[in-house]
Amino acid sequence: MRQHLALQTAYAIETDGLTKHYGSFEAVCDLTMRVAKGSITGFLGQNGAGKSTTIKMLLGMIRPTRGQARVLDFNAINEKESIEMRKRVAYVAEDKRLYDYMTVRQIIGFTKSFYPNWRTDIEKRLLDDFRLPLDRATKKLSKGMRTQTALLLALARGAEFLILDEPTEGLDPVVTEKVLQLVVGAAADGATVFFSSHQIAEVEQVADRVLLIDKGQLVLDSPIEAISQDYRRIRCVYDEPPPLSALKLDGVKRVAVEGRVVSVLASHNAHEIAGQMGKFAYGHRVETFPMTLKEVVLESLKRD
Amino acid sequence: MLVYQTTSTVTLFLKPNPALGVPIYLQLKEQIRHACETGALRQGDSLPGIRNLAELLVINPNTVARVYRELEQEGVLDLRHGVGAFVASSGTVTRWTAAKAGQMKAAQKTVSDLVAQLQERGFDADEIRRLVEAELASDTSRKSRRSSA
Repeated sequence: MRQHLALQTAYAIETDGLTKHYGSFEAVCDLTMRVAKGSITGFLGQNGAGKSTTIKMLLGMIRPTRGQARVLDFNAINEKESIEMRKRVAYVAEDKRLYDYMTVRQIIGFTKSFYPNWRTDIEKRLLDDFRLPLDRATKKLSKGMRTQTALLLALARGAEFLILDEPTEGLDPVVTEKVLQLVVGAAADGATVFFSSHQIAEVEQVADRVLLIDKGQLVLDSPIEAISQDYRRIRCVYDEPPPLSALKLDGVKRVAVEGRVVSVLASHNAHEIAGQMGKFAYGHRVETFPMTLKEVVLESLKRD
Repeated sequence: MLVYQTTSTVTLFLKPNPALGVPIYLQLKEQIRHACETGALRQGDSLPGIRNLAELLVINPNTVARVYRELEQEGVLDLRHGVGAFVASSGTVTRWTAAKAGQMKAAQKTVSDLVAQLQERGFDADEIRRLVEAELASDTSRKSRRSSA
């Protein structure tokens, strides 16, 4: 195999100002992000937020309007480098497209022939786990079975980077847990995983880092454990609300004033913020609450 | 009734709950410490491999690796390269003595008295839970401030 000579960095994905316009519509807008090699990253966002467009730009399937993207240290926008990169990346598309005329057995045999590092052990294990009907044409598979077939093909390639667009969408809870188990297992083998999802709980469960995109822009980029450790909702009742300028503190992400109640969303520095809020509260107690990823996501998506 | 019997330590662990407001790595660390304190895990017992435990609990393998590393630094586990993780033979976790078990019982009594008192004052279970959680949350932010200072 030809040696890859580019400088090796710690990142599987590096984008700078990545942007895609469709006419006057900005699908992805000035996206700058870093995804560490060996990590599991959950990519959240509402439908139409720009998740799939971003993924397709990373894979060289869509040309960005402007900006830079490097995937596994290859320039994803350069056609030649993008081809080299794609040999190392396994991608499961949102629609879980397969060659419809082939049976499950045929498509596995066909795919296997392209990949010298094919993991027969993973193929066998997944066939057992998923109990796929080997002789059924893939166009006659249920949605769950299509997804499982697509995942089998991606995972058994032994790729160093898995990009999965909504891998658990439409799957029942048992199969979902199996898919997450595979993701975790692939990461234990050293693979990097980047997956988009609508399921906040599953991102919270398996990811190191969460990215949230809204209207093409990155609105949240945080290690998962910072959410439970550092994010807080701090609330206090006031007879006279304090001047909002007093709450311009490090870590304050959002301030909501509802009647006599002021509630602050803090990404860190909660103790200091609570102390400051207490200075204006005569006889009322400042309350601090932990937050779940779901709450943080919903707060980050609130329109002003 | 179904009874499962196994010598593996894998069944000791429960899936961490991300919704608790406690990082998953802390929940797992607490589980392992607790297993050592109660004697469910004893000196020299082996723990599941990183991959196995990650797959079993369906959590990030980096999280398991971090927990094992931190528990090694704290003297709870021995990591033997290429072999796995074991409960340290010169462990810093002491199994609960009769005295400690007594203290835990006493603490439980304190908590149940407090809950009873608050209920008498008309607080319902949700309010009490919120009060305790708020107290712990402001306590952890105090602590993390102290450690970062």
